[in-house]
Amino acid sequence: MPQRSVAKKKTFGQWIKSRKGQQAVVIFAFTVVPLILLLTFTYYPFCEMVKYSFYKMKYVGARTFVGFNNYKAVFERDDIVGALKLSLYYMCGSVFQVALALYLATILSFKVKAGNFFKGAMFFPYLINGIAIGFIFKFFFTRGFVFDTVLQWCGFQIDNLPYWLKDQSINNWSLVGTSVWRYFGQNMILFIGAMMSVDETLYEAAQIDGANKFQQFRHIILPSIKTIVTLNIILSITGALSAFEAPYVITSGANGTGTYFVVMNTIAHTNQKVGLASAMAVFLLAIIFVCTILQKLFFRFVFRNANEEDGSKETKVKPQKRKLLKQQKGSDVA
Amino acid sequence: MKKIKKHYSIGFIIWKIIQYASLLFVSFCAIIPVVSCVITAFKSEAEYQNTNVMTFPSNWLNLSNFVDAFQKANMGLAFRNSVIILVFVLLGSVLIGTQLAYVLNRFKFVGNELIRNLFTFAALLPGIAMQVAVYEIMTKLGFVNTLYGYIIMCMGTDVISIYIFIQYFENISISLDESAIIDGASYFTIYRRILLPLLKPAIVTSLILKGVGVYNEYYCANLYLQDKSKYATMSTALYSFTGPLGSRYNLICAGVIISLLPALIVFLLCQKQIYSGIAAGAVKG
Repeated sequence: MPQRSVAKKKTFGQWIKSRKGQQAVVIFAFTVVPLILLLTFTYYPFCEMVKYSFYKMKYVGARTFVGFNNYKAVFERDDIVGALKLSLYYMCGSVFQVALALYLATILSFKVKAGNFFKGAMFFPYLINGIAIGFIFKFFFTRGFVFDTVLQWCGFQIDNLPYWLKDQSINNWSLVGTSVWRYFGQNMILFIGAMMSVDETLYEAAQIDGANKFQQFRHIILPSIKTIVTLNIILSITGALSAFEAPYVITSGANGTGTYFVVMNTIAHTNQKVGLASAMAVFLLAIIFVCTILQKLFFRFVFRNANEEDGSKETKVKPQKRKLLKQQKGSDVA
Repeated sequence: MKKIKKHYSIGFIIWKIIQYASLLFVSFCAIIPVVSCVITAFKSEAEYQNTNVMTFPSNWLNLSNFVDAFQKANMGLAFRNSVIILVFVLLGSVLIGTQLAYVLNRFKFVGNELIRNLFTFAALLPGIAMQVAVYEIMTKLGFVNTLYGYIIMCMGTDVISIYIFIQYFENISISLDESAIIDGASYFTIYRRILLPLLKPAIVTSLILKGVGVYNEYYCANLYLQDKSKYATMSTALYSFTGPLGSRYNLICAGVIISLLPALIVFLLCQKQIYSGIAAGAVKG
């Protein structure tokens, strides 16, 4: 018996010194911490949250099982349904935001004077603290302050202007404007990045062919960035549902501006209806999940054909590209 | 080569005009809210009450609002806390992220695919929504109202930088590892001495993305660092202006400017890395 265990130990000792053994040690050492963190702060709470969503409960005290009542409440409570409708405003905003970002990115991807300044000015809002943005726009939209002054410069009378944050017909658009202001620069940088990855000789070849800027946009730029544009539009759905900081700081969700997260925050931490808040979170997750699957399907079935089409176009351009390269080489030699 | 004189068509000129007009207009919209804040931050109380918000202050060197805001919101402490949090979270998440990415990219083992999927799915879970349940765990662990607890929580939820690292590893040839193994290097040495230095651009990218996120985080900071007299961060300190000071915008604007100065400095210093970082962070799907 002792002999055997010695033999075993020896082989284990050998194994640990061998490449395979070392690999196992490294794999274990390098994955254990991230996995523990992931399980404690993501998956364990996630499972707990799903469980909570079937209970009527507070953070402390008794819990009663209520089945699907919390989920029913998500669709029946006026404040939650209102918040869901509200996210339509933010979705419209994001579509506008993507369009604006696309337009500006197209302009900036060509040679433009002071392009870096423009890029910087439009992108910088993305780096500002969300709470600071809240204050900036609370100040911006206050009656008689910045926005009203600027409009007065343009010839508007202050008496004809609405109260941007109080008037229920306009206040959500003001908040959507804030979120567009914050994020369009980031979208624009994304699009510029994708456009820059296009081979420049393609533009030159197109110019030689006499394509105008719009045709260049339509046939060269758009195909190369459609993936990222679609991704952004799909992301905007979840982004619209997760709008939080702007309404939280600027209006505190008053006057019909409480978005889904603002309502959820109140329900979870002010009213302490943990079960209901969990049901809201699970419902949101379900929406996000559906969007992700849609996105995967979309890319699989819509873009596959389009990519083949692009392939054929590229082969058409290639001979010209070669010609161009030859010309360039020629001029270098000369 | 001879210089060819260019002839501009009318359409081209109109297009140029539209281009610059829209650039100027949108940039104006982008900076006017911040500019108005800067103007107001330099105004004295009387000036703020009596002049229009867009009138320039009489004295551009009037720093009293900044001093006042700094003291009233306890921004010195907030800045210190934010820096501590940033340093440790960034250090931790870069260490964890690069190590995990190294293992996932370089070794085939049972569970590799599973770990990747776990992280991918985790990226879908909406941050604020999860806090209902995370709060419970933070309480159980005794992590509420401690800096280290908050730091550990922030480290654990980083998925995007892992994506960036994995992508970057894919472009580093595995023959580097192989030749090091022949020279007798251990796997840890390969990670530490060969791959980590090569990973620098990806690390800078993830530092910037994660750094911006952590510095600007309000929701979790407010929830888990409740004792504001000890554990205020820049975001929560700024939020303290909502109370009785809520209508003193000259003070608030000064606070806002103070909070965005670090971001502005970082932005001016490493614009290029930030832009490429944003682009890299997006291609995670």
